[in-house]
Amino acid sequence: MKKIYGTGASAGVAMGFLRLLRSEERKAEKRHVKDTGKELARLQTAQSEAAEKVNEIYLRSLKQIGEKDSMIFQIQIMMLQDEDFVNTIYKRIEKEHVNAEYAVQQAGREFADRFVHMDDEYMRARSADVVDISRRLIQCLDKTDGKAVWQCAEPSVLAAEELTPSETMQFDKSKILALITRGGSSISHVAILARTMGIPSVVALKNGYDDLEDGMFAIVDGTSGKVILEPDESTKKHYETSARKDFLNRQNLKDLLKSRTVVKGGKRVEINANIASPEDADAALENGADGIGLFRSEFLYMRRDRLPSEEEQFQSYVTVLKKMGPRPVIVRTFDIGADKQIAYLNLPAEANPAMGYRAIRVCLDREDLFRTQLRALLRASAFGNLKIMFPMITSPKEVRAAKDILEQVKKELGSEGIKFSPDIKVGIMIETPAAVMLGEELARICDFFSVGTNDLTQYTLAVDRINDKVSYLYDQSHPAVLKLIRLAAESAHGAGIPIGICGESAANTGLMKFYLDIGIDELSVAPSSVLEMKRAILEREKG
Amino acid sequence: MVSFTCVIKDKEGLHARPAGMLMQLAKECSSDVSIILSGKTANAKRIFSIMGLGARAGDRLEFQVKGESENSDGALLKTFCEANL
Repeated sequence: MKKIYGTGASAGVAMGFLRLLRSEERKAEKRHVKDTGKELARLQTAQSEAAEKVNEIYLRSLKQIGEKDSMIFQIQIMMLQDEDFVNTIYKRIEKEHVNAEYAVQQAGREFADRFVHMDDEYMRARSADVVDISRRLIQCLDKTDGKAVWQCAEPSVLAAEELTPSETMQFDKSKILALITRGGSSISHVAILARTMGIPSVVALKNGYDDLEDGMFAIVDGTSGKVILEPDESTKKHYETSARKDFLNRQNLKDLLKSRTVVKGGKRVEINANIASPEDADAALENGADGIGLFRSEFLYMRRDRLPSEEEQFQSYVTVLKKMGPRPVIVRTFDIGADKQIAYLNLPAEANPAMGYRAIRVCLDREDLFRTQLRALLRASAFGNLKIMFPMITSPKEVRAAKDILEQVKKELGSEGIKFSPDIKVGIMIETPAAVMLGEELARICDFFSVGTNDLTQYTLAVDRINDKVSYLYDQSHPAVLKLIRLAAESAHGAGIPIGICGESAANTGLMKFYLDIGIDELSVAPSSVLEMKRAILEREKG
Repeated sequence: MVSFTCVIKDKEGLHARPAGMLMQLAKECSSDVSIILSGKTANAKRIFSIMGLGARAGDRLEFQVKGESENSDGALLKTFCEANL
């Protein structure tokens, strides 16, 4: 029994027989060529072929691990076409009269080297991409160059010296119990893929890798970065229990991530995520959110010294919409004022900001700001499943006024020939007692409701939750608050529109039964709580 | 020539994704676009050049846009940087 240590790149424990990846990479032979024109032509053909192949890998990767971590293949295509890189190769062919394979290999080494010496760990890892594209170019030039092959009848532990991004995509993941490498780092593509697939992985084994032999039995502990070769019985038993638990957890996790939460009676409850920036959308996706239930658009206005332009807003909305694909994204128009004071707007100080000039009131008063946001939102709506939500509504009059402005903006865009989604859904936040009391009328002029439980609780109980003296009175489960939510649900369903909860209490598992009983259609929580919610509801429905 | 600066807010710095998007946008601009960081100059239309800057979170990039449509190109690039970097 021998223990070797590396960096834990993907948590979990797995064990099995080692299968070492044999890379039949040969060094590109340097040949003298007379007809450099022909070599350049060969290179150009190889370039397009290589770009096509990498694009195929990109598309496959998209399906397996999503857009964010697949971008690296798009970057590889850009590298393949980069003028600096290509010119370096061309020049060597012309000046030294050498074959394309050799010229590519030399250029590849030169460029990979630049990354290897950079300070930033992320940039250093990019040298693997340069190696990847160089090898691919050489393979396209010389079809006899061996590709790394790893075939396995049974699931095994895959061991390799190094793995380039495209190599990691070619394997049948179902045959890999664990992944270990001599080189690499926790942020290399191998590590990212292993984590996304939930496969335990240890990288950077360095000299320890020398002890590996094909067919050895190994325990891979991706959490601690330890690999145990030919373990004795007691060690094996010890790890067997944790390995089994891990495996089941990962299975459950994978199922949960993709699951749709369906409750008794066949009704689907959407578990969405609340986000405050485009970056959060990644976390929402990683955690299996069905959509974005609340996109707080204020971030666009904060931490800067002037208004965000329509173009800037548009870019941010489109970024999120593209990430979310067909999943709905509900953007709440800016809720500024109160605690979200924005210096450059020069809003006068107020004695009672929570009940003052904010949200929809600012929108209807400062139409210029409102229209800019609506224009950006409508333009973005052509790129995904966007819904708009107005905050702090207290009367149908406000909603009609806001919708009028929206219609005007639609006409404006129409006459400018700009595309947008014509029947974009428009809903409101239910966060004031007034909105609940007028729920029936409001439901007739909205496409959906979303309860902002934080503010609703404060206004209903007349409590400032950040006032230490009375914060003990702030209770999301107060019967008055629950009664109002029930009323809102009845109004919504009476008019045939869905109702969701997007405040903190959406994640309160103690209120889950209540919410499900009154037929809440959507719960929107922090990205990190999405899985927990799905699990909790599914558990409940089982029992 | 039009110039502007942009501080990288993304905690991963100027990594693959934004670098790629920036390059594609710069390529669509007819103007020449340079990015300067700590004395190094990069050609925004070349991916290796951009990545060679090794720009990290908090770094202040200076953009220089030169050409007939430098004003509109500059505005477009500035908007992109503020929203994506």
